[in-house]
Amino acid sequence: MSVWGMIFKEIGYRKGHFLLSLLAVAAAVASLIGSVTLLEAHRSRTEKLMSDKRAGAAEMLAKKRAEVEASAAKMNDEIRKITKNLGFNILILPKDQNLHEVYAKGFGEKTMPEEFVTRLASSDIVVINHVLPSLVRKVEWTEQRRTVVLVGTRGEVPLANRNKMPEILESVPRGEAVLGYELHNQLQLQPGQSMKLMGRDFKVRKCLPARGNQDDITIWLNLGETQEMLDLAGRINAIYALECNCQSVDRIGSIRREVAKLLPETQVLEFQSQAVARAEARKVAWEKGMADVEAERKHQEKALAAEERYRKKMQREREDLAGWLVPLILTVSALWIALLTYINVRARVSEIGILRALGVGNSRILQLFLGKALVIGLIGAVVGYPLGFGLGLSWAGNASEAAALFDVRMLVLGIGLAPLLAIGASWLPAQIAARLDPALVLGEG
Amino acid sequence: MAVLELSDVHKAYHGPKGSVEVLKGVSLQLEAGDFVALRGPSGSGKSTLLWIAGALMTPGSGKVLVDGQDIYRLSTEGRARERASKIGFVFQQFHLVPYLTVRENIIAPSLAGGNGNGLDLTHRTNELIDQLGIGHRRDHVPSQLSSGERQRTALARALLRKPKLLLADEPTGNLDGENAQGVLEEIGRFAQAGGAVLLVTHSDQASASAKRVLAMSDGLVKESE
Repeated sequence: MSVWGMIFKEIGYRKGHFLLSLLAVAAAVASLIGSVTLLEAHRSRTEKLMSDKRAGAAEMLAKKRAEVEASAAKMNDEIRKITKNLGFNILILPKDQNLHEVYAKGFGEKTMPEEFVTRLASSDIVVINHVLPSLVRKVEWTEQRRTVVLVGTRGEVPLANRNKMPEILESVPRGEAVLGYELHNQLQLQPGQSMKLMGRDFKVRKCLPARGNQDDITIWLNLGETQEMLDLAGRINAIYALECNCQSVDRIGSIRREVAKLLPETQVLEFQSQAVARAEARKVAWEKGMADVEAERKHQEKALAAEERYRKKMQREREDLAGWLVPLILTVSALWIALLTYINVRARVSEIGILRALGVGNSRILQLFLGKALVIGLIGAVVGYPLGFGLGLSWAGNASEAAALFDVRMLVLGIGLAPLLAIGASWLPAQIAARLDPALVLGEG
Repeated sequence: MAVLELSDVHKAYHGPKGSVEVLKGVSLQLEAGDFVALRGPSGSGKSTLLWIAGALMTPGSGKVLVDGQDIYRLSTEGRARERASKIGFVFQQFHLVPYLTVRENIIAPSLAGGNGNGLDLTHRTNELIDQLGIGHRRDHVPSQLSSGERQRTALARALLRKPKLLLADEPTGNLDGENAQGVLEEIGRFAQAGGAVLLVTHSDQASASAKRVLAMSDGLVKESE
């Protein structure tokens, strides 16, 4: 008769006890494996979900960026086509004006009669749409101890024999001033405030935004008032003719010839070509498109971060739950096994007594109970592992990922832990059995 | 050399109402072939004497030698080995293991390990089954046996390792006359074969089977008149 033979015989005889013990071990293993599987499934799903969402967001942004690029290219082409037939801008200067000075300073010192504007506007010239006379000088703003560009303008001069077109530059009334960005920003001036310039009082009419060029240190005044201040009554030093139309190949040549007929004492320059307009339009469209892409990217990042936070919170909640539930189930299972083993010992006192009387030692009695616990633990693990794994997958809702989530280490842990749990819980009752006094037991019988 | 020798054995039980001395210096000697019946009223200490003789209960004082070995000078495991190799027990309640068959119950003492006094225990089991007439019940569990068959199974289990000393506590107490006689005859045969038997009983039938009858009274053992 072997110990194992006796253990299996006893298991077969007391099936109820065995099944209840098995249930306790299987529940403990299932709760542990189920919790680990559930957490692992959640982690894996979060990883996949976030990876998919990131890829989706990246793909969407790439698509949007491509759309912006395509749109910019299309716009560029359209602008090119449109501006090909659109007008351009010219600058009419006194004939004796050194152009080197104009290119270097942005304006010339030479002047011409303001009457030239009237002559141009009242002519039947058709190649010009807008006429803007101006008087420009660099002056010392003694009240503020700085150098500024002073521009006198009378706004747009209406062209005779032409329907009135929308004005592209408004005039500045007398006693008022329009300030460039650096001036109003540094001097803390705002529209409606008063200021003194070259001994005269002015009210700030408008404060312009930064343009990044000479305009930022420029003051625009009424042309007549400027002429008075500079002692240049009836004089101007440039006429801006904007949106000039010309269908000929040598368009600047054609315009020069037209203007020369009317104003022989002048010379004509082209400025701010279509290329600049195209580039500016393209730049604006590109920046707008890219700003949209950036806004979308930030929105996606925010949404992804929120999703990740939510998933992590859920993971933490599940970990917290498993953190107390699993030890609780393990403890209850251990107590349950201990109680069942003790009941088993009480049911077998006569058997233990006679075996002791027949010379079976304490250690062999211990083996009978702990061996049975080992069997219960091993079978409990075999039952509990698939049960827990299945429940974990079922709770997590991704049974299709069973192969990916199967971890041989968890199987080893389950099979290792269950016998330890069963043996540990049975230890005390088994010791009680091994120490039973046979004389007392058999005497009671 | 005596198979069992008790010298001035004392034993007292301690309870909340004080101590009760049940053995007051018992001395007893059983030689090989002795079949001794021990009689006495309930509570006279018969069973206590049997436990002490069987190395199951440590006496308060005195010496107990089994086959010349002072058994209470041995460790618990040492005494278990002595019981396994030299002592057989039979009880009124049979104490069979309920989930083992007759054959398995008889061979159960082999769990104790050791070489079984040089015996082939499987062969010895079959021999005892035939000898005690329970061959037809070989693969039956105790619940399927009659009382007589159960006690014969218990007796076979006690005799498995051919012990030198057989201790029997009311072995016929639950048996009818015919079955009791059969068991007593088997115990008698064991004694005739050179074993020593100490049988605690109230039964006249059992006492009549013994070669010698002792009476337990007032904590002492006397030859019965």
